[in-house]
Amino acid sequence: MSKETNFIFNQTPQVLQKKKYCRFKKHGIRYIDHKDAEFLLKFVNEQGKILPRRITGTSLKYQRKISVAIKRARHLALLPFLADGLK
Amino acid sequence: MNTNQYETVIILTPVLSEQQMKDAVAGYRELITGNGGKLVHEENWGLTKLAYPIQKKGTGFYHLFEFTANPEFIKSFELAFRRDERVLRYLTVKLDRWGVDFNQRKRNGELRTVTPQGEKVVVKKKVVIEEDEL
Repeated sequence: MSKETNFIFNQTPQVLQKKKYCRFKKHGIRYIDHKDAEFLLKFVNEQGKILPRRITGTSLKYQRKISVAIKRARHLALLPFLADGLK
Repeated sequence: MNTNQYETVIILTPVLSEQQMKDAVAGYRELITGNGGKLVHEENWGLTKLAYPIQKKGTGFYHLFEFTANPEFIKSFELAFRRDERVLRYLTVKLDRWGVDFNQRKRNGELRTVTPQGEKVVVKKKVVIEEDEL
C-alpha cells in the first residue's frame, strides 16, 4: 500500500512536468502542407476543432501557419468543419 | 514580367465520366499554358471521398496543378472555375520559397514528417477510393 502511494507521489509530477516543444522548430520544418490531412489531424481534437498552443506546444509562428493550413484543408473538404469522433 | 509559383487544387463533380473529367482537366491545362503559364507539376488524386457533402455529393475528382504564371492570370483562371458547373471547389495558393522547396522534395520522395512521438516516417500516399466501392 505504502509502495503504491509512493509510486504515485514520486512519479506523477515528473510525468506532468515533461517539457513541451515546438515540433516545427525542433525538426526545422518551414512549410505546412494544407493537402496533407493526415498530418493536420494531429492538431485538431475529436470534433475537428483546432487544438490550442498550450496543448500541442507549437510556437506562435507555426500555430498561425497550422491554423491557416487547417482552414484551407477544410475548404477543400479534406478535413471536416465539424465531426463526431474524428479519432 | 514577374511570375510567381502557384498551386491550385480543384474538385470536379463525381457525375462526370472518366473521359469527361480528363477533358475538363485538359481544358484547364491548356488555359494555363495558353496564357504564358508553365506547368511545373500535376497530380490526379482520382475519385476521393469528401470530408463533408458539397452540393449533395459525397465524392469528387481532385486534381492538382502546380504552375508558374503572371499574377494577372490568376484572376481569369479563377473566373473560369466560378463559371464552370463541373467544379465543386477550387483553391489557388501562391507558394513562397519554402512551399516551392517543400513540393520539390515531396516529388523526389525525400520528404519526412514527424509523429508526436518524435519518430520520423515517410509521408504515405493518398488513399484513393475505387469506383466499385461507392
